[in-house]
Amino acid sequence: MSITEVLFWFLTALALLSALMVVFSKNPVHSVLWLIAVFFAISGHYIILNAQFLAIVNLIVYAGAIMVLFLFVIMLMNLNAETEPQKNRWLWWAGTIAGGSLMLVIIAALKDTETKTQMALVKGGDIGLIQNLGMVLFKDYVVPFEISSVLFLSAMVGAVVIGKKD
Amino acid sequence: MPINYYIFLAVALFSIGVMGVLTRRNAIIVFMCVELMLNAVNLLLVAFSKMHYANAVAFDPGTHAGAEAQLFVFFIMVVAAAEVSVGLAIIVMMYRNIHSVDINFLNRLKH
Repeated sequence: MSITEVLFWFLTALALLSALMVVFSKNPVHSVLWLIAVFFAISGHYIILNAQFLAIVNLIVYAGAIMVLFLFVIMLMNLNAETEPQKNRWLWWAGTIAGGSLMLVIIAALKDTETKTQMALVKGGDIGLIQNLGMVLFKDYVVPFEISSVLFLSAMVGAVVIGKKD
Repeated sequence: MPINYYIFLAVALFSIGVMGVLTRRNAIIVFMCVELMLNAVNLLLVAFSKMHYANAVAFDPGTHAGAEAQLFVFFIMVVAAAEVSVGLAIIVMMYRNIHSVDINFLNRLKH
């Protein structure tokens, strides 16, 4: 078992465990912290796949900005385990069985497709480096890039307008 | 690394997100589970991009095939950031009006 495989399985276990803890934590603040652990594990997967730009962007944007926003809102509302809405036992079982069935169906459908023999290249290839992605982004995808800045502007104005007092 | 491993990991993460959306009633946790589902899709897109690259590089060593998929992931992150800012503003406004983040109270929007 090479070091890459050890890292792959470690990060996979970390991601799945943390994702389960996000769903099953009683305290919303703990959920946020577990979700940050999931994002770190996914960034580790990106690094194994040599997508270095996305690994850094995932850490900065998701673990850095978005989760701080979540944490800030949760602390602003002073949510904790006591204020958590009462859960319905039946609803819990129904949701868990539905999610598990979805996973079972998709895995059963994809198990024997033609992807069975395909490999994802790990530890190599330079398409995920900043130089390469920057060339593609600013040559072929300039218009979507500019449109996304307009999207950000409208989201910013929208958030301010919605969040303003009456 | 076989692509099937990545598919199964992404499907498992996505299903955990679906499970959270269906079972939790705290609006913020539901929102976080949606983020989890987005990230599962991102991981799968990156894995597929490297699969595409591995297939293309066998014929042309200087190819840049698969870079578009990683840019797609970048744009998904952009949209997710915008979505989170607006969504959290809506949740804060809802909390200010009804002093709760229980999504069961949201059915008041119907009448």
